[in-house]
Amino acid sequence: MTETSGERILEGVCAADGLVVGRAVPLVSSAHVHRAAGSPGEERGVLVQAIAHASEQLDKLAQSQDEMGAEILEFQTALLEDEDLLAPVYAAVETGLPADQAWMRVIDGEIVEYREGEDDYFRARADDLLDLRDRVLSVLQGKEPARIELDGDIIVARDLTPSRFLELDWSVYRGAALCGGSPTSHVAILARARGIPLVVGLEDALETLQEACPAVLDAESGRLILGPTPGTLEEIAGRLHARKADDAAARSLIGEAAATARGEHVEILINADDPRVLAEVPVAQCDGIGLTRTEFLFSDGMLPDAQKQYEVYRDLVTWAEGRPVIIRTLDAGGDKPIPGVTVDDESNPFLGLRGVRLSLITPEVLKQQLRALARAAALGPLKIMIPMVTVPEEVDAVRALLNAVLSELAAEGVAHARPQIGMMVEVPAAALTAERFKVDFFSIGSNDLIQYTTACARDNPAVTRLANPKNPAVLELIRRTVEAAARMGVEVSLCGDMASDPERIPDLLDCGLRRLSVAPAQVGRVKLAVRRYG
Amino acid sequence: MTDAPAESADPNQPAASGQAKILDPTGLHARPAVKLTKLAKTHEATVEIRAGEEGKWVNAKSPNAVMKLKAGSGEILFVRAEGAQASEAVNALVALIERDFDAE
Repeated sequence: MTETSGERILEGVCAADGLVVGRAVPLVSSAHVHRAAGSPGEERGVLVQAIAHASEQLDKLAQSQDEMGAEILEFQTALLEDEDLLAPVYAAVETGLPADQAWMRVIDGEIVEYREGEDDYFRARADDLLDLRDRVLSVLQGKEPARIELDGDIIVARDLTPSRFLELDWSVYRGAALCGGSPTSHVAILARARGIPLVVGLEDALETLQEACPAVLDAESGRLILGPTPGTLEEIAGRLHARKADDAAARSLIGEAAATARGEHVEILINADDPRVLAEVPVAQCDGIGLTRTEFLFSDGMLPDAQKQYEVYRDLVTWAEGRPVIIRTLDAGGDKPIPGVTVDDESNPFLGLRGVRLSLITPEVLKQQLRALARAAALGPLKIMIPMVTVPEEVDAVRALLNAVLSELAAEGVAHARPQIGMMVEVPAAALTAERFKVDFFSIGSNDLIQYTTACARDNPAVTRLANPKNPAVLELIRRTVEAAARMGVEVSLCGDMASDPERIPDLLDCGLRRLSVAPAQVGRVKLAVRRYG
Repeated sequence: MTDAPAESADPNQPAASGQAKILDPTGLHARPAVKLTKLAKTHEATVEIRAGEEGKWVNAKSPNAVMKLKAGSGEILFVRAEGAQASEAVNALVALIERDFDAE
């Protein structure tokens, strides 16, 4: 948290884009009251009734929702009909435990199981159980779900359950800031679908916000600003004004090919940080996938087997329907440690063994990945991108490994194709001497290029201001890379955060870039910025 | 991909089994899990599923148990049933998985 003259800025993660100036108000759930328990027989009856009642409430709520809202509630309704889940609750009641305690004990145990493990989607289901737990508890305790009337329009809560989210009147409330939550939760999906700005992971937001106060929910950059200064408000007002006009314009452009005011075509690809987001993106809105981060595959510290990897890559190629799909080989290290893969205790991980440097030390991992990629390449234009390349020898080493893999596949008679090989340009040494590298394409990784050019660690908030994407040195390196690519006759794109920021688009187009890879949610806005250029 | 129904030791307790691959890129998530259990519940037979050959068999009528399989995209779901109309139950479930749970 940073503080300037009463203004408090809390940093979180953007889960649904937007910008709200309003009044932040804490949403605190009421404490549980104890109820008088009856005999096991009575408690059993009470529980049966409470579950039936909760089920009715959910059905009623589902009826007032659109299809997506109803589907999300459907899982909770199904759980209330799950005999295997309920059996231990009734068993606990038989042993003399009061209905509410028996219910809580069993469901809490389940919640713990759902929270374990690395799969975000699975972990998010813990919210569904928590939601259901509290619904049945409030029925058992004789409370109807409280109608919330809060004096404010930015809700600040520990967390929001899906049904709680759906019960809130989003014509009154305009955004939410959560201490917990994740961008892949059901609530985040709902918020994005409804255009409700949502910031999650604001750890101590509730502690900081003791009572309602003026605030800015900046879900463009994932921040909650409490008690904003007049200067901040002025800046936000400017952004808000521009945003309103842009939203309408961006919506009208999202399905169209991007072109500058002069009619010059610009390819807009998307970044598939997590392939699951693709389910929400119509492929016709983009020109392909410009960056797939494969770290998510390795998230549980175990290496997925070749078949599983192949299937993930295959699904991406299938989704793209003939458009190019760029998949980056494992980019571990730096701020992305992977147990068993990355090196511990480096004094400066950003300048240490990360990306291709690490891959070449443990070539087995890279080889397995290349094998799966070459197999998937048989299905469409899949391209391999190597991260953190500093010298040409690194590209040559990866190409040699790929050649070996291709020979193996040919010998085994396994279907495959030779994918193009490209590299990330994110180390200044590579940007300055791009022509030395024998590659099929370049993709500029602006986040790391800025970090290394300005000597500002990405994980150090104290130097955030210095790490300015507008620094002429950064733009100069981008320009040189684009010019080198033109001389070499190879493709070049930019896939860092800069490409997703409409304000940076003119600079990038000035540098000669005509191919950008952006966050899926920013496609419309980026196309609008392109349209306004020139 | 349905296997031929397995031979049953007891003619009064017919048994069947089959398998199919999960097509959805996000795996067996909440919606398909609910659909699968609802379909299983329309059959009288005991129906069980597991994810992969090493997986644990769970009750296909329990959404909680099915969800906790954490079955990912491309994984093979094995289905087995025992009791009245066991092979109908297996065939129905396998067909649902092969149709990618009728995803839009």
